[in-house]
Amino acid sequence: MDVIPKWADAILIPLISILLAFIISALVILAIGEDPVRALQLMVQGTFGNSAGIGFMLFYATNFIFTGLAVAIAFHARLFNIGGEGQATLGGLGVALVCLSLPWPHWTLALPAALIGGALFGAFWALIPAYLQAKRGSHIVITTIMFNFIASAVMVYLLVEVLKPAGSMDPASPRFPEGAHLPRMSDILGAVGIPFSDAAPVNVSFFVALLACYLFWLLVWRTRLGYEIRAYGQSESAARYAGISPTRIILITMLISGALAGAMAINNVMAAERLVLNSVEGAGFIGIAVALMGRSHPFGVLLASLLFGFLVQGGAEIDFWTNIPRELIVVIQALVILFTGALDNMVRMPLAKVFLMLRKREG
Amino acid sequence: MEFLTLLQVLDSSVRLATPLLFACLAGLFSERAGIFDIGLEGKMLAAAFFSAAFAAVSGSVWIGLLAGIGASMVLSLIHGLASITFRGNQLISGVAINFLASGLTVLIAQDWFQQGGRTPSLSGGARFNEITLPFADTLRDVAYLGPIYSDLISGHTALVYVAFLTVPLTWYVLFRTRFGLRLRAVGENPAAVDTAGISVIRLRFTAVLICGVLCGLAGAYLATGLQAGFVREMSSGRGYIALAALIFAKWRPWYALWACLLFGFLQALSLRPDAVTALVQVRVPGQFLDALPYILTVVILAGFVGKATPPRAGGEPYVKER
Repeated sequence: MDVIPKWADAILIPLISILLAFIISALVILAIGEDPVRALQLMVQGTFGNSAGIGFMLFYATNFIFTGLAVAIAFHARLFNIGGEGQATLGGLGVALVCLSLPWPHWTLALPAALIGGALFGAFWALIPAYLQAKRGSHIVITTIMFNFIASAVMVYLLVEVLKPAGSMDPASPRFPEGAHLPRMSDILGAVGIPFSDAAPVNVSFFVALLACYLFWLLVWRTRLGYEIRAYGQSESAARYAGISPTRIILITMLISGALAGAMAINNVMAAERLVLNSVEGAGFIGIAVALMGRSHPFGVLLASLLFGFLVQGGAEIDFWTNIPRELIVVIQALVILFTGALDNMVRMPLAKVFLMLRKREG
Repeated sequence: MEFLTLLQVLDSSVRLATPLLFACLAGLFSERAGIFDIGLEGKMLAAAFFSAAFAAVSGSVWIGLLAGIGASMVLSLIHGLASITFRGNQLISGVAINFLASGLTVLIAQDWFQQGGRTPSLSGGARFNEITLPFADTLRDVAYLGPIYSDLISGHTALVYVAFLTVPLTWYVLFRTRFGLRLRAVGENPAAVDTAGISVIRLRFTAVLICGVLCGLAGAYLATGLQAGFVREMSSGRGYIALAALIFAKWRPWYALWACLLFGFLQALSLRPDAVTALVQVRVPGQFLDALPYILTVVILAGFVGKATPPRAGGEPYVKER
């Protein structure tokens, strides 16, 4: 597909796809008798109208950056990791166990430890599907789906039977010690004199997520391993011929992917200051939309995460103020996945024709 | 386990296996033709909602059934458009369809009925009622066989019997007709089918549409047979269990029946923790029974207990050579 210039491939196609997704979403809103323009206004007001709204948007975006990067790294090796949800669930367990195991003196010690705990548990949950794909040829999509369900069953069991403090009715872990509480954005910005609402749970993890984006870029485009992952994704046979072991690449890529999804828990679980049921809230799946929309590039993932952070926060607003339930966001998410992922060629084919025509006219 | 308890558990296994069986056979048609379908769950959910909604408004379960099948087929067409016409990624398309159904059903339910994403409860002619087979009452007193006939085999809704009849029908269509031979061929080697002058695209669209019809039946059964109305996310992972059953069954109709009955049995057991405790003398956590279908599937996929080989051309869009 040399017909389409690089800039169009990276920017124009995703933009058209997203536009299509939003047009259809607007039609859906019209069809249920609501006003899409007013809905958008409410979403923008509810998000950018005050710092709490922005805080919630960044909080959600932090989750999506982690899960988006998790799906994206797997995409580079042409692996489809649908298991982000389960891996993030297990990551939550890892973070909770780390936070509860010691009376942490300060968050600067608790955060790295929790990050490692979450990443290890997430990676562990990706390891078995990865091994089965690499060694036994079982399809990773199916095994990761199965592991999502197993993860949720494990979590229900652990919260109800093991982690729940005696006498409590609520299926949740005990509260984390004071030293494992992360500083919120209001504390951080407040220290430099910028007022920011303390209602939103956005915290220092957002900066960890930004760092993860940068490290992702370094890994994929500036290291030998990244090169091998991309080579394997482009052509398995070529990679094999070049002496790259498919088993090794599948295992390493999925471990990184699981670790990234698991690392998300430093945001949602540590900010909640205890582990609750269904703490991931679909972020693992939104990661798929985010990675597709961001073209598996960390900068794209960052932008897409912010957009989805806005959608989730705005969705809560319109749920509150109008007759549009927040499930609208699930519809938009589905349309984004459909248009940027599955119907990519629908946009690409006509666009290729247009560029071909332009080129002929020039020549 | 007492005989009567066992009978109750088996009876509810049959009911719970029915939607799995429809969805599993749906997936069988699609995947045998080379189109992976992880959107079974979404199609089932959409069918559940539209069948319940139309049955509630019209008062007729048959109109509901048609609406459910129609909704499921629309989603099938989207899947076909993405994965056959535009040669997109079939897995991604399936994921999108699941979310589309999950969001749209609640959105439309809220708009139509304002009951927090559910439909009104169905009763009378708006849902499938239980059929009593002939002599079920007279034979009830016969030892063992009587209750088996009158409680386990008789007394289900029409769709349950349809589901069980779909198994031999699927086997016949796939393995004894020309259409079935072509359909299986297109999932193994589409180029050969194309060379023989048969349209790959048309065959695959047919398969995907049959899949839509069967998922429609699965969803309609959920909302108008098993339950009396739609509630949000009511398919609750059954589409994925059906997918697991399909792998478990190695993409074969008769195996699919046993796999779905097994997974239905596991679901029935998790509804009766008392019976399980009585049977194995240890308290088994319900979550373990919930997760068992998935664990079994992973074990099967690992190839330690028999190898499950998917259709060879599955997941690959067909590109004619130029």
